[in-house]
Amino acid sequence: MKKAPMAVVLGLATVLSVSACTGTGSPTSGAAAPVSSNEKVTLTVWSNFADRELAGLGTTMAAFHKAHPNITIKNVGSQDDDKITQSIRGGTPPDVAISFTTDNIGQFCSSGSFQNLAPYLSRDKVDLSTIPKATKDYSSFKGTRCAMPLLADVDGLYYNKAMFDKAGISSPPKTISELTADAKKLTTYNADGTIKVAGFVPTPGFYENTVQALSPEFGAKWQNSAGKSSLAASPGWSEMLSWQKSLTDYYGQAKLTKFTSQAGQEYSPDNAFQAGKIAMIIDGEYRTAFIKAQAPNLDYGTAPFPVTDSHPELYGTAYTTGTIVGIPKGAKNAGAAWELIKYLTTDTKPLVSLANLLGNVPTSTVALTSPDLKLPKQFSTFLGLFAGGKLQSNPASSNGGAYIKIVEDFNLKYVTGRSSDLTSGLKSVDQQIDNTNSLGN
Amino acid sequence: MTVTVKTAAPRSSASSRSDAGRRRTRRRRRLTVLAFMSPWVVGLGLFFGYPLLATVSYSLTNFDLINSPTWAGFSNYVYMFSKDPLMWVSIENTAWLTVAVTIGRVGFGLLAALVLVKVKRGAGTFRTIFYLPALAPPVAAALSFVFILNPGTGPLNQVLALVGIQGPLWFNDPAFAKPSLTVMAMWTSGTIIVILLASLLDVPADLYEAASLDGAGAWNQFRHITLPSVAPVLTFAVVNSIIVGLQYFTEAVVAGSVASGSSNPAGSSLTLGYPDNSTLTFPMWLYEQAFHQFHMGYASAMATVLFVVSAVFTIVLVRRMRATGVGEEE
Repeated sequence: MKKAPMAVVLGLATVLSVSACTGTGSPTSGAAAPVSSNEKVTLTVWSNFADRELAGLGTTMAAFHKAHPNITIKNVGSQDDDKITQSIRGGTPPDVAISFTTDNIGQFCSSGSFQNLAPYLSRDKVDLSTIPKATKDYSSFKGTRCAMPLLADVDGLYYNKAMFDKAGISSPPKTISELTADAKKLTTYNADGTIKVAGFVPTPGFYENTVQALSPEFGAKWQNSAGKSSLAASPGWSEMLSWQKSLTDYYGQAKLTKFTSQAGQEYSPDNAFQAGKIAMIIDGEYRTAFIKAQAPNLDYGTAPFPVTDSHPELYGTAYTTGTIVGIPKGAKNAGAAWELIKYLTTDTKPLVSLANLLGNVPTSTVALTSPDLKLPKQFSTFLGLFAGGKLQSNPASSNGGAYIKIVEDFNLKYVTGRSSDLTSGLKSVDQQIDNTNSLGN
Repeated sequence: MTVTVKTAAPRSSASSRSDAGRRRTRRRRRLTVLAFMSPWVVGLGLFFGYPLLATVSYSLTNFDLINSPTWAGFSNYVYMFSKDPLMWVSIENTAWLTVAVTIGRVGFGLLAALVLVKVKRGAGTFRTIFYLPALAPPVAAALSFVFILNPGTGPLNQVLALVGIQGPLWFNDPAFAKPSLTVMAMWTSGTIIVILLASLLDVPADLYEAASLDGAGAWNQFRHITLPSVAPVLTFAVVNSIIVGLQYFTEAVVAGSVASGSSNPAGSSLTLGYPDNSTLTFPMWLYEQAFHQFHMGYASAMATVLFVVSAVFTIVLVRRMRATGVGEEE
């Protein structure tokens, strides 16, 4: 009597397993034909842009509509990767999806949730040689190009010129030891001992202090040639974490935490650098647009971020990431979607237009030198970094960048003194990353 | 014999007709009951039975949310218990929160109800004030607490500083993050307070009068009259709080995200569990695995484990409730 219900349960589970295993189809292959000029099409474009930036994208796409009157564009903002994935699963994806994070590129390409663009690139003979290698890397995965880079972000050093002048510092630091010395010189305290102005905040995760952004300046490598995690074997990681910890200890961890807890939100006008509470930060080129809009009177400069003293030749290295655009699996108008993507990502005019409107780096070397680029003088640092040949990006993974959380967690744990053994800690991080990457394979 | 046969035949016929009639009546009654129960049965099958079986089924596969699942056997369970260190961290945090939230909510709820039951003037106002936080949306409550407990600008630390006490870092310190969440859970325990208050008001006053005449003090009255009288409701409050603890999610996600100062949206992988994964609960890690790391098969295995644990707790506590008479008609 007791066996019957169990048999029913197992039977149902088997049926469900079988039905679950046949629920979805295979990724689309081949290139959809372009729409003819007499065929009317409405393209839905999803992005996570909002307000000023969404309007900027709309302006650029309006020019495409003008050239292709039969293609109408519905510009939808505030759509993150979770919503994009949900829509693909639900069978109602947009025709064009713009993603803000490159962490998911591995999953987009390996799962087929973004269509392979190789047939389109091949058919239309698109030349990708004008796009830097790091930018190409973060928009493809293991040889599958399922997205195109729309605009790039490049990180560099922002410094408050007025504070530099007051402290008698004549030029931005080029090495980490110079950065540390300047940070100490620029730091001031309130009467009660709390930090009034921080020279540089080393706290992991604060604003753009991410492991991806800082590691290139230390020459830290993520993986070995076999594709396994190799943080413990790369001295750059130890150097980076030791430096962050020593600067944190200089301030005092509690004092620093109190200071960061009252710093304004990163993208608000209260941003601590814009508000004059931090003298130096690492940030992307987009900060110039925020400063222009929110703190136009700020006297600031930009420079490549300082590099580890043991490798001065790395100066000019910068972390890059950016916005990527692809055609989701199941898109209704893939042919027209590709036409728009090709226009936005390979045509110099819209690239320059978007760069001017959004304050990002255009992704082709041709657009970089366009006389039509109208950006603040501080922006030239980022254009130089992008063209400089020393760009770095972090590796793509099929599990949404799970390894970044593991590294960030350990980074914070070590810097705040909750882990003291750096070597074994990094080995443990490697083990965890390799374990995580093995899940589902 | 003949007579017997003759008389027996009609009797047998009548008896079989009567049996058939009874069977028909029984069948009709069963069908009627089933018809009345059918909405519930359909709902249970669709919204509980099917998802449960599907979850168990997916837990035996590799599934990235986009492509068809592939058979993985018990590898997700093996990984869970042998290779995923954050799984154990999340279990530890969930267990901590479940115990603390249960003790905090029930203890504070009982204390508040005992005070409220004594209040005569403005009783309605005080009861409303105590209940109101339960209506606060979890996101708003979490934002308010992060603001109040901000180590730099938060009013609580500023008041503590006035009396010479260096306030802790609250949500920014792994040692204080979970206690801060527990305080928040206590603040929103209005529902528990209301049901305990109703239960306390139901305790006959003559019991206290009799005990008082017998010389029983306040403690003895509480122990021998109040507690036994409200025991069934207390058991319900414990069950409810354990379920709240096991499912703890929204407040921890929002508090960790806001306290981290990150511009990433709440629920982002990098801020889940901030600081130092001290607020990472089992449901949060399950969510991260399913929707950010695209391991739906593994997340289903975690959900199955959570279901088993919740079911065990529920069975044990329901038995305990039955033993104390909760749900039994008097």
